[in-house]
Amino acid sequence: MTYKQYQIGGNSVEKTVAIELRGITKTFGDVVANKNVDLDVYEGEILSILGENGSGKTTLMNMIAGIYFPDAGHIYINGEEVVIKSPKDAFAHKIGMIHQHFKLVDTFSAADNIILGEKCPKFDLKEEKAKLVEAHRAENEAYENYDEAEHPGPLAYMAKPKFHPEKETKRKLALMPLVGIGRRIKFNWLAKKRADVVQDIANRFGFKIDLKKKIYDMSVSEKQTVEIIKVLYRGADILILDEPTAVLTPQEIDKLFDVLRNMKAAGKSIIIITHKLNEVMAISDRVAVLRKGEHIATVNTSETNEQELTEMMVGKKVSLNIDRAEPHDVKNRLVVSGLSAVDADGVKVLDDISFEARSGEILGIAGIAGSGQRQLLEAIAGLYKVKDGTITYFDPAKDDAPVDLRSKTPVQIRDLGVRLSFVPEDRLGMGLVGNMDLIDNMMLRSYRKGFMFLDRKSPKKLAETIVEELEVVTPSTHTAVRKLSGGNVQKVLVGREIAASPSVLMAAYPVRGLDINSSYTIYNLLNEQKEKGVAVIFVGEDLDVLIELCDRILVICAGKVTGVVDGRRAIKEQIGLLMTKTAGDVDENQMSIDDLHDTNNDEGGEAL
Amino acid sequence: MFWTFLTSTIKFSTLFLYGSVGETITEKSGHLNLGIPGIMCLGAIGGCYGVRSYIDSLGSLSQMSGFAVVLVGMICAFLFAALGGMIFSFFTVTLRCNQNITGLTITTFGVALNSLMLSKIDKTGFYEAGRLFSKGIVDANTTDGLVKVLFSQSALVYIAIAIAIITAIVIKRTRVGLNLRAVGENPATADAAGISVGKYRYLATLIGSGIAGFGGLFFIMDYLTGNIEYGIDTYGWLAVALVIFTIWKPNWAILGSIIFAALYRAPSYLNIGFTEREVIKMLPYIVTVLVLIITSIFGRKSVQPPAALGTTYFREER
Repeated sequence: MTYKQYQIGGNSVEKTVAIELRGITKTFGDVVANKNVDLDVYEGEILSILGENGSGKTTLMNMIAGIYFPDAGHIYINGEEVVIKSPKDAFAHKIGMIHQHFKLVDTFSAADNIILGEKCPKFDLKEEKAKLVEAHRAENEAYENYDEAEHPGPLAYMAKPKFHPEKETKRKLALMPLVGIGRRIKFNWLAKKRADVVQDIANRFGFKIDLKKKIYDMSVSEKQTVEIIKVLYRGADILILDEPTAVLTPQEIDKLFDVLRNMKAAGKSIIIITHKLNEVMAISDRVAVLRKGEHIATVNTSETNEQELTEMMVGKKVSLNIDRAEPHDVKNRLVVSGLSAVDADGVKVLDDISFEARSGEILGIAGIAGSGQRQLLEAIAGLYKVKDGTITYFDPAKDDAPVDLRSKTPVQIRDLGVRLSFVPEDRLGMGLVGNMDLIDNMMLRSYRKGFMFLDRKSPKKLAETIVEELEVVTPSTHTAVRKLSGGNVQKVLVGREIAASPSVLMAAYPVRGLDINSSYTIYNLLNEQKEKGVAVIFVGEDLDVLIELCDRILVICAGKVTGVVDGRRAIKEQIGLLMTKTAGDVDENQMSIDDLHDTNNDEGGEAL
Repeated sequence: MFWTFLTSTIKFSTLFLYGSVGETITEKSGHLNLGIPGIMCLGAIGGCYGVRSYIDSLGSLSQMSGFAVVLVGMICAFLFAALGGMIFSFFTVTLRCNQNITGLTITTFGVALNSLMLSKIDKTGFYEAGRLFSKGIVDANTTDGLVKVLFSQSALVYIAIAIAIITAIVIKRTRVGLNLRAVGENPATADAAGISVGKYRYLATLIGSGIAGFGGLFFIMDYLTGNIEYGIDTYGWLAVALVIFTIWKPNWAILGSIIFAALYRAPSYLNIGFTEREVIKMLPYIVTVLVLIITSIFGRKSVQPPAALGTTYFREER
């Protein structure tokens, strides 16, 4: 793939600047989200915005899209200074943003979502009146000149033009101002065929999607496509995508990137926010790096590498390799066999899942979001009703005596002496209470201790230890958890769960939305636990990380296990294929994966 | 007998219909206005004072014109009730207060204001005005059968049905309706699409409250022919329940309100004791609970309440 070269500061290639930010500053209370940011975006380029969590990428983009209003600074579009006070203003300047959390109305069809808020053509009373008179005159003329002999047949009268008496024209003209008022307050009819019109446009852009479908029936990637069509339909020239790949499979990401390249070829400016360095390298022309709200540098992608970008981003050298120790003293700690579960609608979410988690090992769980990962972990933790199968825990304190965990509540599990820690996907929903401070959140695990009154001393000590050891950035241990940034919230949660010295540690997407630095802190914590002999279960979405971190990777698809691969020998494409495998053709795919191994991996992999 | 029952049921149902259509418009914008009973009271106050000043401006009662008295009553009821909606919106949109608390406060306020203000009002001429309000195309006493059911109703009954149908069409088929639904389902999305959430919520609440206010006017002037002794608040709660019963569809509210009214009116036409009577009067509430249960168990997404119902929206929230 070739990239166009730009010389920053020089003039080797003339490029038109689409949008210019100068000295943009935004603060939320005491927190400075953006500080004096200067940024240029050219026409027909893809610019990546890279930065850690809380570095102000999304805030900066939200200011361009009119969600936030900057405290200071200027925005220039095509050389002219503009003020963007609301999303409406952003549209007027042809800026469209695809938010990380899709902005779609679930109960509407895709087409209705796309036309939502669209500008209606202005109603000019004089013009409309002239149009009506002209139309009536033309029809009356056609009526005069109509020769019935030329149109024989029994249904001829239907083809006959209409005659408008003067009275009718006058009446319609008199009603015209009312129609105008109606239009002004948006009483326009929604055309029955509106979906077809939008569909046509989508087809012209080359999207294959049924826009009559309701949003709640759509998959994540379909929803994202709807978002992109929506922005294009509005005629956006500057497109901002906030972490668009976070929820997509590798195959879907490739498709998205093709779409983005096509749009770039059509001269649109695209700004893409992402955490994933490999994607930055693959898709962008230039990279702008933000650190702690400040713009550090903008570099040409072709002149940089991942290591350099990371250093710019975090301000210090980071090792990008995860130390993976060889597992030792491996014993079965948790054995799940034939586990099945159904959701509220009776749909199977877990289908005959069997695996074992071993002490001193990290078991990765890979799968497209919503393939049953959440239900699986919750079933083990005693939070999800199991229909079939067994969950057996081997208690290390009792010479590995088996304990049946199936259909026990979390409290029962704890009372059985099972040391199970769970870092749920939904940090501020299931894991921590947002409005409570760090100490109170620590107490969620220990509130049963103490006589009559709660013991507040040891949780306080624990909170202080976690803040210190995991470098949690917080004003104090009395700060509400809700006010911390995503990475710090996660550190608090993982810290608390680890402090319970678990023998099984389950973590669902523990690095979702975290920057590289925080992510590596979490990986190291998991590795530490593994070396202590804990059986770690890690549900992840970044396949590169899964392959680097895990000893074994369990791949599930639509609630079924589609394979278990060795983390040291796994290749990304193989896991990607297993993730998207449809039910019923397990055996057939197993073969093709072996083939992949033969061609891609000299040592050859084996499905465990 | 049956036709009389049906006629009076449809008449009575109008009270619920105004309340529930108004509340549906409000709820479609994401505002759960529990102040509807109070706002119907405000409508009644406004209507009564409007009629009072109209009568005062005339030389004698015989000069009273039916058209003028209904029009003045409606305008005053609308304005007064809309004022209640204005207070609600000011608290929930501008000050971002909790909607449930604000709504309940307005109910308490409206009901109390109702008994305060209407206890002092001069009632002379109200009966005559009430006669004009409840006048139908044909005389209910001399006709029978379907003609009586359809044509002996008063103007406010026909207006209620027309408002319900127009509201249903506007919500479902026009752009303003689409925008309104988007605001109620997902205000952040609507905002990102360039729709002013605050403006839609203010206007929907104002108009919805105004329409609910007609219910108060109707009850006092039309249904009770100028008798101001009775409170409306109990019926106001039924109107709120009716919104759930008709799963947020104003056109269904026409039928729903008739069913509610029939259940409420039936005891007077049946030869039963006091206990049974009160049990039958409870039925509308029980039916509403059943509808809630059924829609939440078997409900498809399309019959659920607006997703953002009861939430406040602030763009820069983090």
